[in-house]
Amino acid sequence: MHPAPSLIAFTVLSGLGFGLLACLGLGLAPTERWTGTVFFALGFGLAGTGLLSSTLHLGHPERALKAFTQWRTSWLSREAWLACATLAVAGLYAALAVLAGLTVAPLGWLAAALCLVTVGATSMIYGQLRTVPRWHHWSTPALFVGFAVTGGILLAGQVTAAAVLLALLGVAQFLAWRAGDRRLAASGSTVATATGLGPRVRLFEPPHTGGNYLTHEMVFQVARRHATKLRSIALVVAFIAPAVLLMLPFSHALAAAAVVAHVAGMVLIRWLFFAEAEHVVGLYYGRPVG
Amino acid sequence: MTALPNRVERKLGLVIDLDTCVGCHACVTACKGWNTENYGAPLGDADAYGADPVGAFLNRIHSFEVTPDEGPAQVVHFPKSCLHCDDAPCVTVCPTGASYKRSEDGIVLVNESDCIGCGLCAWACPYGAREQDPVEKVMKKCTLCVDRIYNDNLPEVDRVPACVRTCPAGARHFGDLSDPDSDVSRLVAERDGMDLMPEQGTAPVNKYLPPRPKDAELDILAPLLEPVAETPRGLLGWLDRALEKL
Ligand code: SF4
Ligand code: SF4
Repeated sequence: MHPAPSLIAFTVLSGLGFGLLACLGLGLAPTERWTGTVFFALGFGLAGTGLLSSTLHLGHPERALKAFTQWRTSWLSREAWLACATLAVAGLYAALAVLAGLTVAPLGWLAAALCLVTVGATSMIYGQLRTVPRWHHWSTPALFVGFAVTGGILLAGQVTAAAVLLALLGVAQFLAWRAGDRRLAASGSTVATATGLGPRVRLFEPPHTGGNYLTHEMVFQVARRHATKLRSIALVVAFIAPAVLLMLPFSHALAAAAVVAHVAGMVLIRWLFFAEAEHVVGLYYGRPVG
Repeated sequence: MTALPNRVERKLGLVIDLDTCVGCHACVTACKGWNTENYGAPLGDADAYGADPVGAFLNRIHSFEVTPDEGPAQVVHFPKSCLHCDDAPCVTVCPTGASYKRSEDGIVLVNESDCIGCGLCAWACPYGAREQDPVEKVMKKCTLCVDRIYNDNLPEVDRVPACVRTCPAGARHFGDLSDPDSDVSRLVAERDGMDLMPEQGTAPVNKYLPPRPKDAELDILAPLLEPVAETPRGLLGWLDRALEKL
C-alpha cells in the first residue's frame, strides 16, 4: 500500500497523543499546575495534530463531518466518534485538574479507557481489511495499542516501565513482522483464484501502459531487498536505542533523546506497515505473491 | 446507509465470457464515454496529453497467459469491473453512507455528493473495481449503467449497460442472476460460471465463463484431405525422377 505521509502522521501522532492522555488519566504523570498543563497540552496537541492530518488524506475534507454517520458498520466512522468522545472526556478531566486543581480519578480512568479504545478503532480501519492479509489479524490492533501505551509511558516519564515496555514491544514487533510475511500466502488468494484460470497463469499484458489509481495506491512495493535492513534499523532506533538511553543514569537530555529515537523509529515502522502491505488486487497486476 | 440490505429483490449483473472476449477494449471505451457524458461527475483524466497520464476507468481489460498441461500457451483476455457483490465489503467500510447497495436490484452505487474521498472502499475491494477520480476526487465505480437500463428515453435495445451493448464479440451478458430461469443464469449453469476470489467472501453477483478447452480434433477438414503421396506418380513422378537424375 502507498505509505501516504498524512496517514503515517495520523497514526503515529494520534497514537502517541492518546497514549499520553491515557497515562495522564491514570495519574501516571503530574496532572496539576504548570507541569500538568504542559503534559495535557502535549497530549492534546499530538492527538489533535494526528487527527487533523488524517483529513489531509481526503479528497473532500470539507465534507468530513459526514464521516460521523455510519458508525453501525464503519470503523472509520466509529473512530471519528470515539476520538471526539475521548477528547471531550479527557478535556473535562484536564480542565478540572489544571484549572480547579481537582483530579477526578474515575473521569481519568474513563478517559484512559476511551483513549485506548480509540487507538484500537484506528487500527481496525486497517485490521478489518481482508484484502490486505498482512493487516487482517489481531496483532494489528494489539501492536497499535502497544505502541500507544509504550509511547505514552515514555512521554509520561515513567523511566523503568518505559524501558520494559520498549523491550517487550520490540519483540512483539519482530514476531509480528515474521508472522505477517507468511499471511498473504496463507490467505489462499492467488492469481489462480483471482482469475479462475487454473494454476499456470501469469499476466501477459496489463490493461494499460501507464499507472492508475490502483497501482499508485495499492500495488506500491517497497524494494524487498531493503526490507530486512529497514526493519533492523527500525528495531534499533525505535526500541533498543531508547531502552539503552533510559537505563543510563537519568538526565532530561537522555530521556528526550530516547523519545526522539522512539518516535523516529515508529515513523519508520509505520512507513513499513503501509509500504510492505500487499493488497490482493496486485494479483491482477502481475505482482509476485508472498 | 452502508449496512447491506437483508435481501435484494433482484441481482442484476454481468456474465462475462472469457472464451469469447477478443480483448478489443471496445467496452472500456464505451464505458468511459457513457460515464463521462451521463450520471455523476465525468470520468476524469489528469495530465491526459502529458508525460504521465492517469485517468479513472470503471472497466479494464487484463490479458493473461494460461499454460495448459498439454499444448501451447493461450492468451485469455480478462475484462474486470465491479462485480456488485452480495456481501460487498466496500459498502460496509464507508464512513459516510456514500457507498450503498440497492435492495431493489442489488446494484452497488456511490452517492458522489456524500463521498469524502477517503479511499477506504477501494482498499476494501479485492478486485480493484473502484478508482478515485483524479479530477473530482470522489470514488468512481461501475453503476451497471443504472441510467441506461431503466431509461425509457432509450430504445429498448439500448437499455443494457454500454459495455454489453458495444461488445462486438458478444462476450458480455446482462441480466438478473437471482432468477434461475434468466438467460444469464442458464448460461452460468451451462458453462460452469465462476466467482472471482471466492475465498474473499464477497459473494460476487457477476460471473465469469471459463474458456472452453481447446479441442484437439478441432480441425474438422483434416480427415478429408488426402495424405500427400509418398512416391509421386504421373507428371510429378516423371519430374521427380528427371530432377533426381541431374
Ligand atoms: S467488486 Fe469491489 S466495488 Fe464492486 S461490490 Fe464487490 S467489493 Fe464492492
Ligand atoms: S471514498 Fe467515498 S465512497 Fe469510498 S469509503 Fe470513502 S466516503 Fe465512502
